[in-house]
Amino acid sequence: MSRRAKILVYAALSVLCVPFVFPTWWMVTSSFKPNADIFSARLWPRHLSLQPWHDVFTLQPFARQYANSLYIALLVTAGTMVVASMAGYAFARIRFRGQNILFVVVLTGLLIPSEVTIVPLFRMFNAAGLIDTHWPLILVPIFGAPSVLATFIMRQFFITLPGELEEAARLDGLGRAGTFRRVALPLARPALGAVAIFTFLHSWNLYLEPIVFLSTKTKFTLPQALTQFTDAYQGPLWNVQLSAASMTAIPVLIVFVLAQRHFIEGLAQTGLKG
Amino acid sequence: MITTISRVDAPATTPPPRDRFWTTRRRDELTGWLFIAPQLAGTVVFVLVPLLLVGWYSLHEWNVLADSFTFVGAQNYRALAQDPKIGGVLRASALFSAGLVVVNLSLALLLAVLLNQRLRGTTVFRVLFFSPVVVSLVAWTIVWRFMLQNNGGINDLLAAVGVTGPNWLRSGGTAMAAVIVVQTFKNVGLNMVLFLAALQGVPRELYEAARTDGASAWTVFRRITLPLISPTVLLTSIITVVGSLQVFAQIAVLTEGGPGTSTTVLVYYLYQQAFQFHAFGYGATLSMLLFAIVLALTVLQWRMRRRWVFHES
Repeated sequence: MSRRAKILVYAALSVLCVPFVFPTWWMVTSSFKPNADIFSARLWPRHLSLQPWHDVFTLQPFARQYANSLYIALLVTAGTMVVASMAGYAFARIRFRGQNILFVVVLTGLLIPSEVTIVPLFRMFNAAGLIDTHWPLILVPIFGAPSVLATFIMRQFFITLPGELEEAARLDGLGRAGTFRRVALPLARPALGAVAIFTFLHSWNLYLEPIVFLSTKTKFTLPQALTQFTDAYQGPLWNVQLSAASMTAIPVLIVFVLAQRHFIEGLAQTGLKG
Repeated sequence: MITTISRVDAPATTPPPRDRFWTTRRRDELTGWLFIAPQLAGTVVFVLVPLLLVGWYSLHEWNVLADSFTFVGAQNYRALAQDPKIGGVLRASALFSAGLVVVNLSLALLLAVLLNQRLRGTTVFRVLFFSPVVVSLVAWTIVWRFMLQNNGGINDLLAAVGVTGPNWLRSGGTAMAAVIVVQTFKNVGLNMVLFLAALQGVPRELYEAARTDGASAWTVFRRITLPLISPTVLLTSIITVVGSLQVFAQIAVLTEGGPGTSTTVLVYYLYQQAFQFHAFGYGATLSMLLFAIVLALTVLQWRMRRRWVFHES
């Protein structure tokens, strides 16, 4: 490629980069601006104000909401990994009656977006007395539609394992459960990683479900809490919202930068299969 | 060595049958069932039963506040056909989906082609373009809402070059455009990565042959690259359309369906009817409509996937 063409490509990439990178920069820097100064078009705030970052915690039980999101996402991730790897393994490697038809039954979970079933789910959890608890946000993702995608990913992975490995495990006296736990699961680390990343982000981002199921501020999750930093006229307190948004986004971004290859490959894979 | 082979040839002897009833086959049968039980039960309870219930509810007049639940047959469906808002809602959904597919796929393809030039440092750009995918959706949307305010960052930028920007989120035409653009920058990284993988699968010799024949870069792209990656283009467009039908948080945070109903897409209308106006029966009817649309698109996706044999593992 000629030198000129190279410069053109670099120039195009740099310009195109702006709308992807600038919002994050603007989010963090504006979160340090006093509210009077919030719309000043400065790339770097004139006076760094820590007040918004402080207000985040006094206007709402934000630490509690953060903990809610974190524990729900971690629990859902761990639960999904267990449920999906077991089901994926069984569908891929064990022969049992009804296997094919049951696989189709499970796959219907991929066909039906959670928005379609939100009304009856609300009714069911209401009847069970679980409205305004975290249970719907934990149980539905682990066992319902979101984990079906994970099961599918795990099955596609386990199908590629060579049969000799299991035969060897069997000769060593391992039963099915032992083969799964000691042989198949350790080999499935890449697929499990993809499932973990996808599941964590899915739970961390959930918005419709929390606003339908939760009504007490101390039980809110982060996406739901972010938009609740408002003044007396329901106008957004921008700097506080942006501080809270920064605290929500930055830790995940840091993990992403550290493990970007796993993130990109894992999410592209799940995106394709979904 | 010989003993190993003979043991493999006669798996019936290994493991030694401890029990006449619990043969390896029966054990497998039971293990298989136990392994899939949680997922199967979850699918039934949280997906299939709710789906049947949606159909059942859609035949009822059901107001939560009035605590009334009466069978009304097809009345909700007639109401749907006569709903003066539904035309606008479907138009907004179609506009959003179509706009998103066009903008998202063109940008994804452009980025993938640029990254595929394999210059030094493209990994960094790949990470930057992908990064919004992992940013919390509501956080991302809040920042854009902030920047799209009448006196926000984007209009400041426009003012700097002498253009008076519109009040993006408050005027009919630009609100939809804003939602599409915000959503594109959030997720275009995924399609970009899929396109990049497809581009890397195009044999280099084809390019070289075409270049020797004196074809221009644009001709090569249009005549060679595009046809060869067309399966990916089709697949990503369907994935993007199905995903676009589920957009909710972006609308709720950016525009709340406004101005008027110009950005009230189907899921947002469904949410309003069921959870703001407490018309659960009608909400269920709208859910059925959403389900029908998604089902049709997904069937289309699977048929295409079969026709264009896509490299699946």
